[in-house]
Amino acid sequence: MSSDAPVAEIPGDTLRERIVDDLRAQIGDALVDSLVKPGDDVWVRVRPDAWLATGRALRHAMGFDYFCFLSAVDWMPSPYGKGEDDPTEPPPERDDTIRQGYAGGETRFQMLARVTHPTLHVGVNVKCDLDDAHPVVESWISVYAGANWHERETHEMFGIGFDGHPDLRNMYLPTDFEGHPLRKDFPLLARMVKPWPGIVDVEPLPGGDDEEGDGE
Amino acid sequence: MTSTESLIDRRQMAYIAAQASDARLNVELETEGMTLNIGPQHPATHGTLRIIARLDGEQVVWAEPSCGYMHRGYEKLTEVRTYPQVTTLVNRIDWLGSFANEVPFILAAEKLMGIEAPPRAQWIRTILFELSRIANVSLFLGDLGVQMGAITPVFMAFRDREYVLNLIEGATGGRFHPNFDRIGGLKDDLPAGFIDETRAVMKKLRTFCDEIENLLFGNEIFQSRMRGIGVIPKDVALQYGLSGANLRASGVDWDLRRDQSLPMAWDKVDWKVWTHPDGDAFARCWVRLQETREATMIVDQLLDSIPSGPVMAKVPRIIKVPEGEAWVSTENPLGEMGYYVVSKGDLGPFRTKIRSASFNNISVVPWVLKGVYVPDIITILASLYFILGDIDR
Amino acid sequence: MGLVDRGRLPKPLNSLLNLGRSYSMWVYQWGLACCAIEMGAAFGSPRYDVMRLGVIPLPASPRQADLVVISGTVTDKMAPAIKRLYEQMPDPKYVISMGSCANCGGPYWDSYSVTKGVDQIVPVDVYVPGCPPRPEALLEGVVLLQQRIRNEDMGARWRGEGSKPIVVQDRASVKKGEPSVV
Repeated sequence: MSSDAPVAEIPGDTLRERIVDDLRAQIGDALVDSLVKPGDDVWVRVRPDAWLATGRALRHAMGFDYFCFLSAVDWMPSPYGKGEDDPTEPPPERDDTIRQGYAGGETRFQMLARVTHPTLHVGVNVKCDLDDAHPVVESWISVYAGANWHERETHEMFGIGFDGHPDLRNMYLPTDFEGHPLRKDFPLLARMVKPWPGIVDVEPLPGGDDEEGDGE
Repeated sequence: MTSTESLIDRRQMAYIAAQASDARLNVELETEGMTLNIGPQHPATHGTLRIIARLDGEQVVWAEPSCGYMHRGYEKLTEVRTYPQVTTLVNRIDWLGSFANEVPFILAAEKLMGIEAPPRAQWIRTILFELSRIANVSLFLGDLGVQMGAITPVFMAFRDREYVLNLIEGATGGRFHPNFDRIGGLKDDLPAGFIDETRAVMKKLRTFCDEIENLLFGNEIFQSRMRGIGVIPKDVALQYGLSGANLRASGVDWDLRRDQSLPMAWDKVDWKVWTHPDGDAFARCWVRLQETREATMIVDQLLDSIPSGPVMAKVPRIIKVPEGEAWVSTENPLGEMGYYVVSKGDLGPFRTKIRSASFNNISVVPWVLKGVYVPDIITILASLYFILGDIDR
Repeated sequence: MGLVDRGRLPKPLNSLLNLGRSYSMWVYQWGLACCAIEMGAAFGSPRYDVMRLGVIPLPASPRQADLVVISGTVTDKMAPAIKRLYEQMPDPKYVISMGSCANCGGPYWDSYSVTKGVDQIVPVDVYVPGCPPRPEALLEGVVLLQQRIRNEDMGARWRGEGSKPIVVQDRASVKKGEPSVV
C-alpha cells in the first residue's frame, strides 16, 4: 500500500497527482497518506482533526463541488464469517488481524467519502482514521449540505458521531432498533439459525477440474 | 455571468418575490399552522415514502421525507454473498431499470480482477442498459401525467413499456430482474431475431415520446403547473450530489456515459447530452423525455455496429477477486449509481458501499420544499423522480 | 348480518351473495416494491385489463376495499402500517400476498430489517409466488380467489373456520371439488 511505487512507473496521470499535491498544499501535513492509481482513481488519508478542513479545501479551494457519498468502513474481519457456521459445533478459528485498504490506516473504523470535480470529471476518495473507542468526527454539513443524510445514515449503520450535526435521528430503522448493522460484529441472526443451501456457489462437475473453466 | 445564469436568477427572483408577497399575506391573515402527513402509502409517492410537512395555510414551512419503509439492508447482505450472488440482490435496488444496476457492480469486480468483457458483450450490455433506461423512464413519463391529474399517459406508458419488457425478457429470460450479467461477460448471446424486433420497438418508442411530448409537454395546464416550480440552482444541485437528469436540468453538462472511460460502447456511437438551463420541474421532466428519445437512437446505432465474437471472457469457474478497492459508477436511469467495492481476496466482497442516485436526489427535498404550496409538493417530488428501493436500499 | 355470522343463510341466498361478492371485488393496491410495478401492469395497463374479471382496482381508501394485494418487501418498519390497514378494511376481507418477499422474505431472508412473510402480521388467502410474479400469475391468483368465494360458506369464514390458503400454481392447495384455472 505504499503510495509512490506505481506512480513513478507509469507517467501520464499528472492530473490525479496534482490533486494530491494541491491538497497537501492546502492542509499541509494533515494529509497522512495517498495513493494514485493512474487513469483510475486517487485515495487520500487525512488526520481526523483535519476532516472538516479537508472538505473545505476540496470544495472551496480546489473546486470539488459535487458531493458523491460519505460513509465508513469497518476493517475488522467479521467474527461470524459469513454466518454459515454449524451452530452445534465450536466456532472455527478465524484470522482477526485488521488490514486496512488503500492509503493505509491504523484504526478499525475509517471514514470514507468521495467528492468529484464537475468539469474535470475526476473524483477523490477521502479517508480518515477514527478513534475506536469514541468514533467521532466533525460534520461536513457546513461544506456540503448533502452530507446531512449521509451522516445520519453512517451514524445509524456504524455508530459514528458527527460533531455539529443538527439531528442524528435514525434514517432507516425504527427508533428502538438496537445495534449498528454495518459493524462487522453485528450478527445476521437468520443466518445463524438456519444454514443456507446456497453456500456452494459452483458445484464441481464429476471428473472436471474445479479451478479453471472455459468460461461458460 | 452568462445569459443562462441570469435567466435562472431572474426566474428565481420572480418566484421568490411572488412567495414573499404571499408570505406577507399569510402574516396578515394569521393562519394557524398544521402538520400534514403524506404516506407511507400514497399513490403519488411511487412506493412507501412518507413526507411530513408543517404547513402555514397552503404554504410549506418545513418538510422532511421519512425514509426506511423499504430498507432491506443491501450493504450488509452483500457481505455474506459471493460475487455472482450479489447481482441477484442489486438488481432489485432500482426495480424499474434493473439491468442497469448490475453493470457498475460487475464492472467494479472486473476492474479488481483485471479482466474485461469481450467487445460483443460490451455492446450487448450497453444495449440492455439503454433498454432498461427506456423501460424505466417511459413509466416515469406516464406516471408524471397521473400526478398532474391526467390519467391517459400512464396507459400509453404501460402499453409501450410492455414491448421493451418483451425484448428484455426475450434476451435475458426475466422481465424485471434479468440477472444476466456475469463477471467477464454475459450469460448468453442475443436470441435470433432480437435485432430486427428491437429496431421496430425503438420506432414505436419514438412515437410514444412524440405522443407524450404533444399530450403533456405541450399542454398549457401542465406547463403552468411545472414551470418555475421547485427551482434548484446549479451550486445547490452539486453540493447535494444530485445526478442524472436532475443535475443536467440545472444546467450542468455532465453525463457519466460520456465523461468517463468505461468498457462499454457509448463512446462508439454518436449521441447528445441534453441539458436545460432552468432547473425547475419542467426542465427535469423535459430532459428525461429527450434522454429517452436519445436512448432509442443509441440502441439503433449500437444494433448497426454490433461486433461478432464471444460474449464471455476466460474467467475461473470459482471467482475470487484479488485484494483491493474499486469505485465504478454509471449513468443509470435515475442518476449516478456507483459501487465502492472493498475486496479482501475472498469469494465475496468485504464491504460494498452502494451509492444510489435517488438517495442524494431526494435529500434535497427539505431544501426545495421550503416555501412551496401543497399542490407543488407532488409536482416537485414527481419531477425529482425517485424509486423507493433506490433511496432506502 | 346476523344471519350470516350464525351461518344460517338459506342456500340460494348464500350463493347469490357469493356471486355478487366474487364479481365486484374492490381491490386496494398496497404496492411496496418491485412487485408493485407488475401489479400496476396487471391492474392498470390495457394489456392485462383486470376489470374484465370483475375486479375494480380503484378504491379511494382501504375502508371501501374487499381485497388487498400486498406486493413487495414488508419491512419491520412498515409492518404496523399494514396491520392498521388490514384492521380498517370491512369484513369479509381477503388478502393476496404477491411475490417472494411478501410470502417469506424472498432474497432478503437473512436481512435484519425485513419481515419474513406478511402472514406473520395478517392472515393471507392467496400466495402468488415469483420474484416478481408475472401479471398473469397475479390474475390467476385473483381468479382462484373468486372461485373460492363463489363456493364459500360465509358462516364458516365468520367463525374463523376458513380453508387453507391458496398457492398459485400449486394444485394441492386448491380444495378438492373447487374448480381451478391452470
